[in-house]
Formats: sequence, C-alpha cells, structure tokens
Amino acid sequence: MRNMDSEPVQSVRVLAPSGMLGAGWDHATVERGIALGADVISIDGGSTDSGPYYLGSATPKTTAKAVARDLRSLLTAAADAGIPVIVGSCGTSGTDSGVDWVAGIAAEVMAEEGLDLRVAKIYSEQNAAELKEHLNAGRIHPLPPLGELRAETLESCTHIVGAMGHEPIVEALRAGAQVVLAGRATDTAVAAAYPLMKGMPAGPTWHAAKIVECGGQCTSDPRAGGVLATIDAGGFTIEPLAPTAACTPRLVAAHMLYETANPFEMREPDGTLDVRDAKYTAVDDRIVRVEGSRFHVADQYTIKLEGARITGYETMSFSAIRDPLILADIDAWADLMRTMITQRVGQTLGLADDEYAFDLRLYGHNAVLDDLEPESGPPREVGVMLLVNAPDQATATAVAKVANPLMLHLPTPGMNYLPSLAFASSPAEVERGAAYEFVLHHVVDCDSPTSLFRREFEEETRA
Amino acid sequence: MPETTAARTLADLAHEVRAKNAGPFWVTMEVFLRDDEGYRIAADESFLDERVIAELYRVEASTVQIFRIPSLRVVKISFPRPVGQGSLRDRDMHAGQHHVPLARLPVTRPERA
Repeated sequence: MRNMDSEPVQSVRVLAPSGMLGAGWDHATVERGIALGADVISIDGGSTDSGPYYLGSATPKTTAKAVARDLRSLLTAAADAGIPVIVGSCGTSGTDSGVDWVAGIAAEVMAEEGLDLRVAKIYSEQNAAELKEHLNAGRIHPLPPLGELRAETLESCTHIVGAMGHEPIVEALRAGAQVVLAGRATDTAVAAAYPLMKGMPAGPTWHAAKIVECGGQCTSDPRAGGVLATIDAGGFTIEPLAPTAACTPRLVAAHMLYETANPFEMREPDGTLDVRDAKYTAVDDRIVRVEGSRFHVADQYTIKLEGARITGYETMSFSAIRDPLILADIDAWADLMRTMITQRVGQTLGLADDEYAFDLRLYGHNAVLDDLEPESGPPREVGVMLLVNAPDQATATAVAKVANPLMLHLPTPGMNYLPSLAFASSPAEVERGAAYEFVLHHVVDCDSPTSLFRREFEEETRA
Repeated sequence: MPETTAARTLADLAHEVRAKNAGPFWVTMEVFLRDDEGYRIAADESFLDERVIAELYRVEASTVQIFRIPSLRVVKISFPRPVGQGSLRDRDMHAGQHHVPLARLPVTRPERA
C-alpha cells in the first residue's frame, strides 16, 4: 500500500466516482482515474435528501445488487492500485445496521474477487440516554430554524446518528484500514479525510471535498462519470473522469450553491469552509484550478445530530377523475370530499378530528404546490390521492376504507347524480406502514472528534 | 395588456431556475441568469427582495436569505422549509418543484425613455 504513512507528499488526488454508492458508473471512468494517479477513492453512501424514512427505519434506499456492483468496481480497482477506498453514510442514513449491510456486501464481493483488504467499520449511531447527559450539561445546541432540544424528543427517535468529521476516518486509515466503511459522516469528510491526513491544507481540501461530493455534478455531463480532484499546498484542480465531459470555472463555482443554504460558508465539525475569495480559472477546456479557499477553525468542535421518529402509520388511496363536469368544479369537489370524510369518520369510527389526519392531493391540479399554485383553470384529468395518518395502521386503513365510497362516487355540490370515478387499483387502499419525521437539527459540543464514534476491524470475522 | 407580447418572467431571463432541499429543514433556490442585463434585473432589490419571496412562498420575510453573486450571475434564495420534509403535508420530498412560483415572477420591461 503506498502513501499510508505520514511521509510528506506534494499533492493528493481524490477519485470521486459518483455522488452515491449504488448509483452506478462506467468502470472505465474509475480505471481512468486510477491511470491519472488517484491516491484514494471516496464516495458517499447516503443522504437525508430522500426523506426521514431511511433513517427512521434504518433501511437503505439503494438495492444490494447495485451496491455490490459499485463496490466490485471500486474494490478491484483500488486493490490493483494499492489505494484506500472510503465510503461514508453507509446504508443511506449511516445507521449501525447500514454500516453492517454495506460491510456484508463488501465481504461477499471480496470473497468472489479473491481480495483480502483490511476493512474498518466506523459506527455513528447515538443513544438517547447518553445524549441526554450532553443535553443536561448544556452541550447540545439547536441549528436554525429549530429550537432548544427537549429530552422527550431524543427519547422519541427510532434512530439518531452523529455526522462524523474526517478524524475517525483518518484514525482508521492510520490503523491500517484499506477500506473504511463509515456510518453517518458529513458529505465532505469522506473526500477530505485522506488529503488532510497527508497534510494538505484545510481550505482547498474541504472546498474540493464539497465540489466532488456529488461526483460528476460539477461537470458538463454528470451522467458520464465522476471527477478527480488534485489538492496541493496552493489550491486544487478538478477534472472529469470521462474524457468527453468538461469542468468549467462556472460549473465548478456553481456547484458550491447546490443543496447549501449559504453559498459562501459551510460548517464542518472542526470549523468553517469559506469560499468568498475563491478564484476559479480554466487550466484548459476541461480542467479547472481553484485557489483562495479558506478554512476557519472553530473555537468549539461540534458534531451534528440527525434523528427521526414515527409520526404515525399511513394508508394511501388513489382515484382519478376525467369527467370535465367534475373537473370544472374541482376545488368545490375537494372541499366537499374533506367535509364528507370528516363527517363519515366521526359517524362510523367515532374519531375526533385530532385522532387522525389526512391530506387530499389533486395531482394534475395543484397537488405539488398546493396553495402556492399560480395557475388556475380546469385540468384535463386529476389523480386524487388520499393520504391518511393515524396512531396505528388499522385506524389509518379504517379511515381510508370509510372514504372509499366517496373516492368512488362523490359528485360535485351541483351534480344531481352519482358519478363513478377511476380507481387506479384494487384494493384502492395501500398500507404504507410507519411514517417518519426528522426532529433533530442540533449540534453537540465534543471534547474529542472521535468520542461519539466506534471503530471495528472486519478481518476477524472472515476466514 | 396587448395579446401580442407574452409577459416576461424571471424564467425568460434565466438558463435555469431550480429548487432543492438544503438539508431536511431548509429549501434553497437558484436563478442562473443568461446575461448581465438579466442579472441586473434579477439582482435589483426593488424587483426581488425578502418581502417578494415571503409573499410568493407564504413565509416570514425575516427568515428569507438572499445571496446575489455577480461573478456567476446568480441570485440564490434560502428559507426554512415551511412543511417538514416527509411529513403528511409534504408533497415535494426534495423540494425540487418549488422553483415554479419564483420562475413565473413577472418581469416588467426596463424603461428605455
């Protein structure tokens, strides 16, 4: 393995094959990155972006075969080149079971490929009782727009993770890991860990890590493949792995805007990346040089917490309307539907308004934007989704079933006959199981970057 | 308004208007303007400010952050997500379609007296 120790280097090349493990890429793009001299491969395995279900239920968003396919591409290439592979936020949300899930897939791939790489797992799941001690000690603080955390909120979470910085990953690499499978990590820590370990400056490293975290998103053809970032003492350069794609100063600079509330600053556990004075220049028609990125070390080291809890259980029903007579009066129809559901549920199930909730969505009319929808006028057809949330699945389904005759036959207030609407399936109701919400957006003050995380090596579990 | 000229919107001045979650609790939007003239219009506080966003999205003006970036010809807008991500009332999990009210904002033609 080259470069695993602390010997000084002039630059570090980070290969980012894609924005997400399991998204897929052309293996030739990884080979090209290796040929260009990649020192490390890093990839994000998750995100909160697909919603609270994945953390709340500790379920991966990706399918095992897609993760296996991508790991095969990375592990075989990295083993040949003798460079480490770092995967962050394993299993989408970075829960302990997500790390084990990816580790299991990696073990299968390595067995099939005859590889014997040393795998470190870093667990980031947090326990509510320990966090309550931090809370009581005044060490947990809200991030806007949330308020002060309450102990009950911690207790209500099905899963809580802390987003690690680069340090636990660096420790694992120093301890000899060739593959690091991290639980929840900041999107950037995964790419920043190796260059920081090799002594590259924090400003360019964190900035490069942000630019590569979505793979080829900062290139002219994001679907063609990922990117290679070369970080050195003065800045970093970035180029696409696909020869047909290009990075331009504008594309690279614009990527700093992506999914960030503030385009100039980004908080990491140990400080803040500041790109206000970053200068983006074209090296040639497909490579960009970035200089002037700064990193301000924070007075207090903090770890961001993410947590999700169950809001109830949901049942969905879906019908559709094509009759222009109803569509011409669709808002009145929907108002009548809401009134009728509330009445019938009260009459038949004896439930008060606060014992369940429902959302009636008119797809094709205003479902997506709701009361922000600027267009008016009759739609051509409308899909009617009824989503019911109740404290238990049986109640949610009972409400949806009470609504079933209305979803089939409700007329507009002006019609004097019963229409029959177009159910999309039989049965019309689909039980969605538990529904979740994110409730944590807080940081905990930490004395040590690694105190909230636990590391294990895999080798003793393999024959 | 004469039928012959379609009203111009912010989208007409832009390469792209996009929206996305910035974490589970924030939404962020970017308007990528085509040229300096478009940027001048979009970045003009008398045309687009926190109050205009507050009205378009029914949020508190004090929670709206606007970043004007001339080097990229971008106006970026962030505010707390009015509806919790994944909640019963969330109809746009990634907030990826919420640029539309902003994109449709009418642009008055500059006076050329």
